Amino acid sequence: MMSTYRIQGATGEWEVVIGLEVHAQVTSNAKLFSGSSTAFGAEPNTQVSLIDAAMPGMLPVPNRECIRQAVRTGMAIEAQINAWSRFDRKNYFYADLPQGYQISQLYHPLVGEGSLTIEADEKAGIGEDKVIGIERIHVEQDAGKLMHDQHPTMSYVDLNRCGVALMEIVSRPDMRSPAEAGAYLRKLRTILRYVGSCDGNMEEGSMRADVNVSVRKPGEEFGTRTETKNVNSVRFVMQAIEHEARRQVDLIEDGGTVVQETRLFDPNSGTTRSMRSKEDAHDYRYFPDPDLLPLELDEDFLAECRASLPELPDAKRRRYVEELGLSDYNARELTAEVETFARFETLLAATARGIGKGEKDVATQVANWSLSVAPGVMNALGDEANPAHATAEAQAAILAMQAGGEISGGQAKEIFEIVLRTGREPGEIAESEGLKQVSDTGAIEAAIDEILAKNADKVEEYRGGKDKLFGFFVGQTMKAMQGKANPAVVNQLLKAKLG
Amino acid sequence: MTELTELGVKAIRDGVAAGDFTAREVAEAFNAAVAGAGALNAFIVATPDKAIEAAERVDADRAAGRELGPMAGVPIGMKDLFATEGVQTTAASHILEGFVPRYESTVSQNLWNAGAGMLGKLNLDQFAMGSSNETSYFGNVVSPWRRKDGGNSPLAPGGSSGGSSAAVAARIAAAATGTDTGGSIRQPAAFTGICGIKPTYGRCSRWGVVAFASSLDQAGPMARDVADCAIMLGAMAGFDPKDSTSLDLPVPAWEAGLSDDLRGRKVGIPREYRMEGTDPEILDSWERGKQWLRDAGAEIVDISLPHTKYALPAYYIIAPAEASSNLARYDGVRYGLRELPADAAGKAAGLQDMYAATRAEGFGDEVKRRILIGTYVLSAGFYDAYYNQAQKIRTLIARDFERAWAECDVILAPTTPTASFPLGEKADDPLAMYLNDVFAVPASLAGLPAMSVPAMLNRDGLPLGLQLVGKPFDEQGVLNAGLAIERRAGFAAKPEKWW
Amino acid sequence: MSVDQTTVAKIASLARIKMSEDELARMAPELSQILDWVEQLGEVDTSEVEPMTAVIPNSLRLRADEVDADPLTGGNRRDDVLANAPAAEHGFFGVPKVIE
Ligand SMILES: [Mg+2]
Ligand SMILES: [Zn+2]
Repeated sequence: MMSTYRIQGATGEWEVVIGLEVHAQVTSNAKLFSGSSTAFGAEPNTQVSLIDAAMPGMLPVPNRECIRQAVRTGMAIEAQINAWSRFDRKNYFYADLPQGYQISQLYHPLVGEGSLTIEADEKAGIGEDKVIGIERIHVEQDAGKLMHDQHPTMSYVDLNRCGVALMEIVSRPDMRSPAEAGAYLRKLRTILRYVGSCDGNMEEGSMRADVNVSVRKPGEEFGTRTETKNVNSVRFVMQAIEHEARRQVDLIEDGGTVVQETRLFDPNSGTTRSMRSKEDAHDYRYFPDPDLLPLELDEDFLAECRASLPELPDAKRRRYVEELGLSDYNARELTAEVETFARFETLLAATARGIGKGEKDVATQVANWSLSVAPGVMNALGDEANPAHATAEAQAAILAMQAGGEISGGQAKEIFEIVLRTGREPGEIAESEGLKQVSDTGAIEAAIDEILAKNADKVEEYRGGKDKLFGFFVGQTMKAMQGKANPAVVNQLLKAKLG
Repeated sequence: MTELTELGVKAIRDGVAAGDFTAREVAEAFNAAVAGAGALNAFIVATPDKAIEAAERVDADRAAGRELGPMAGVPIGMKDLFATEGVQTTAASHILEGFVPRYESTVSQNLWNAGAGMLGKLNLDQFAMGSSNETSYFGNVVSPWRRKDGGNSPLAPGGSSGGSSAAVAARIAAAATGTDTGGSIRQPAAFTGICGIKPTYGRCSRWGVVAFASSLDQAGPMARDVADCAIMLGAMAGFDPKDSTSLDLPVPAWEAGLSDDLRGRKVGIPREYRMEGTDPEILDSWERGKQWLRDAGAEIVDISLPHTKYALPAYYIIAPAEASSNLARYDGVRYGLRELPADAAGKAAGLQDMYAATRAEGFGDEVKRRILIGTYVLSAGFYDAYYNQAQKIRTLIARDFERAWAECDVILAPTTPTASFPLGEKADDPLAMYLNDVFAVPASLAGLPAMSVPAMLNRDGLPLGLQLVGKPFDEQGVLNAGLAIERRAGFAAKPEKWW
Repeated sequence: MSVDQTTVAKIASLARIKMSEDELARMAPELSQILDWVEQLGEVDTSEVEPMTAVIPNSLRLRADEVDADPLTGGNRRDDVLANAPAAEHGFFGVPKVIE
C-alpha cells in the first residue's frame, strides 16, 4: 500500500511531491582541490590556501580520497559509476565564492542512477518498504561562510569551509510525505556512515538538504517546485516540507501560482521564505572546467573502492535475522547506527568466545543485553557510570557467567552497575560481593529437605495433585538460599524429591 | 669587447662561466639599459635590485666553484602575468594595481633556480588580451622599430607579450618570458625581429600565471635566437604537480639536440594559409623559408588543414568563455581594486554593486568586451550553439593537424598576415585586430609547439617572421627547423636606438 | 545574431560590470559584429564530432589526501591570504553587508 499522506485543501486533497538534494561533506583530511585542512572549528581563514582564496594564477588538483569516497558511496547505493566524468564550473558572484565559480559536475557526474530503500513504518504512515531513486551523485566544492552580525555595515567572510569536498546526492522526486523524506535522510545518513564517506554530523553542517517541494492533485502532472536551501536536520526538513506544501496549496487555491524559486528555512518559526540574495542567479553558465582534464578512473581504482566497502545496512540486517536468528525489531535497531552494530558485533564475538558457543547461539542474549539491559543500567546510573568501563571483555564476562548459571539476570545487572562505577573485574565482583548463585546441589538439597520436612502437609497436597504448589516450594527454597540458588538446579532437585 | 647588452642568453651564460665578465657587470649593464629605455614603456616595474642580487649569487657560486645553472647570470624580463613574490603583479590591469603576491609562479621560480635574474615586470596587453599592447592600463608599449620612411609614428610591438618583444629587440633584456594563448608569443616576436616559442600545451606550468584562457595558455621564452630559446625553454619547462594539466614528462635536452640538418625531414606547407589578400611580402618570406628548409635538406610537401578558416572564430568563442569565468575572481574582495560607490541618496553600495563598480573601473575596454562575449556564449540557451560548437570545431582542427602529421614532421607558415602597424591604427576595430592572429591561433587550439623566427625585413624595413608548428612534444623538431631558417636567413637587423 | 543594447545590459549585469548607457550603446554594435562573425561556425556539420576535452593526450592526475604538505597549496597562511585584501578585519575579509 502506498503512502496516503494528503493535504486537505478547500478544493479537495493534494499530494506533495518531494525530491532532496543532499550535500554531504566527504570525509577527507584535505580539501577537494587544495592541501588545506578540513577540520571543523578553526580560527577564521586559517585553513585557507592560496588556491581556496582564488589568488591569481592558482590551479585546482583533485584529492584522490574525495573521489574514492564518492565512488564508494555510489557503489553503496548500487549506482552506475562513471569511469569517465568531468568537472564543470558553475558561475555566479557571491562573497563566499572567491573564484566566482563553484567547481562542480553538471554534464558528466561521477555517479549516475542508483537507489536506496526506506523501510515500512506504520507509525509514520509508511505502509511498506519503498525504493527511492537517486538520480546522481556529483562531487563539488563547498563555499565559505558569511557572518553578518559582527560589524554594523560589513559582513565578514571566512573561507575555512571554502573548497571542502561535498557529494551532492540528488534523489528522484519519489517521496510523498514528510515522513518518507525523513526516512530517506536517515537511511542515507546511515549508509554514508557505514561507508565512512561522510560523518553525517548535521549540527556541524556535514549534511544539509536542499528540499524540492511541489504539490498536485493526486494523479495529475507535477506542479511547479520550490527549492528550500540548506536545511540542516531531519526534523527541519520535515517541517519545511509541511510548511511549504501547505503554503503552495493555499497559494494555488487562492488563485495564485507557485513560482520556481529558491527559499530559505527559518528554524525558529518553522516556515520558509523567498531568498532575496539568490534572486538573479538563474544563469550559471556551466561549462567544463578548463583547468581540469576529464577524470578517468581505472579498473584497479574501482576494484579497490569495491573491495573496501563494508557490509551495508540492508545486508547486515538481513544477515542478523537469517543467520543470527534475531527478531526483525532487534536487527533493525542494532544496524541503525555504526556505533551500535560495532559494539554489538564486538560483544557478540567476545561472548561466543567466552562461552565457547557459536555466535548464533548467543546472539539473542547479546542482542537483548545490548539493546535493553545494558542501556537500562547505564541510564539508571546517569553520571555515575563511566562508559569507558563498559568494555566488551567485561560485558562478555558477565554474559558468560549468566549463561553458565553462575549468576542470575538480576546479579548480572548489579555486577554491570559496579563495573560501570569502578571498572572492577566482573568475576572478582561476583566473588567478593557475593553476587553468585548457588548451584552446589548439596547446599540446595539440604535446604529443600528442611522445607519439605517443615511442610509435610503441603507435600501431601502436592502429591495429591495440587501442582500449583510447586511454585510455593521454589519460592521457599529461594528464600532459604537468600535468592542465590540457581533456579534451574532448584527446579530439578525439587522435581526429583517431590516425585 | 662588445657591449654586454648585445649578448644573448648563451653568450652571457658562457661568458660568465668562463670568467670573461661577471654576472654583476651584466646585470648592471642591463639595469642601465632598462633605466634608459623609459620611452619604450616596456616595463611596468623595474627591479634592478633583484637583478643584482641574482647576479651576485651567481658570481659567488662561481667563485666557490659551485655548478652554475643553465641561465646563470642572465638578466631577463618577466611578463607581468607571472606572479612574483614581493613584486607587484598586475596583468597590466588597474584591477590588480598594487597587488603583491606572497607566492612565486612555478615558471619564474624555475628560471631563478636556473640562475636567471629579474630586471623587472614587463608590460603587456591587459590580461594578455590584445595583439598590439594597446590595452595595458599602464600605457602602450612602443616598438623599438621604426619604418625607414623617416616618419616617426610609433609602431606596435605586437601583443600580448609586447613588453617582452620590445625589451628583447631593444637589447634592454637578454631574454624575456612570454605567454601565448592565441599567438601572444609568436606574433610580437615576428613584429620585433626576435624568436619566440610556445611549447606543447602542458610543458610549462600554468601555476602562478594569471589565467586568461586555461585550455590555451602556455608560457614560453622570447629571445634573440633559436639557441637562446632552447636554453630558456629548458629552464622554464617541467612537470609541476600543482598544475593538473602539466605534462609528466622529462624535459628533453633541447639545447644539446639543436641541429639544422633537416635531411629526411618533411616540411608541410598548408595550402589554406595562403589567404586572399595576404601581403605579397609575407608570401615572399614564406617562399624563401621553403627554400631555406630545402637547403637544409628537408623535403617540402603540400598539406591541407581544411578547418583553418574556422580557427579564429572558434578561438574567439573559447578564449572569451574561459576568460569570462577566469576573471570572475577579480571582485574587490581579496585583492586589488575595490570601488564602493554610494548611490544618489548617499546609500552605501551593496555587495553586488561593489562587484559591478569595481569591475567597471578595474577592467579595460577589451577585457570587458571579451568578458561580455564569453558571458554571452555561455549563457542559457546559447551554450550548445556557441561554446560546444566551437569545441567541436576545435576537435576538427586538432584532427586536421593529426592527419597532416602522417605527411610531414613540421609545418611552415607565416607568423602574421602583416608586419607591425602603427599604434592606434587598429585600436578601434576589434575584428581587424583579431585577424593578426589568424595564422597563430590554429596551433594554439591544437596545443601544439610553435615558434616564430625572423625571416627578413619588408619594404618598410620592418621584420617579418616565419612560423614553425610541430607535433605534440616535438619542440626539438620546431627548434631545429627554426635553426635551419635562422642560419640561412642571416637576419641580423636590429632597431636603431632612438629612445 | 545581433545583440541589442538591452541584451548587452543583461549580459553586463550577469558579468557584474556596471555600464553606462553610453558604454552600452558603444559596445552593442561591437559585440554584434563579433558575434555575427563567429556565427560562421554554424556552417560546419559537427553532428558526428565530440567537443574537445583534452587537447594533448593527458589524463587528470589525483593528489594524495595530505594536509599542508606544500605551503604553496596548503593552508595555515592567513597573513598571506589576507595581505592584499582591501578590507581585512579580525582575520576576516570584510565586504559590504549582505542581506540574505
Ligand atoms: Mg542544489
Ligand atoms: Zn550543490
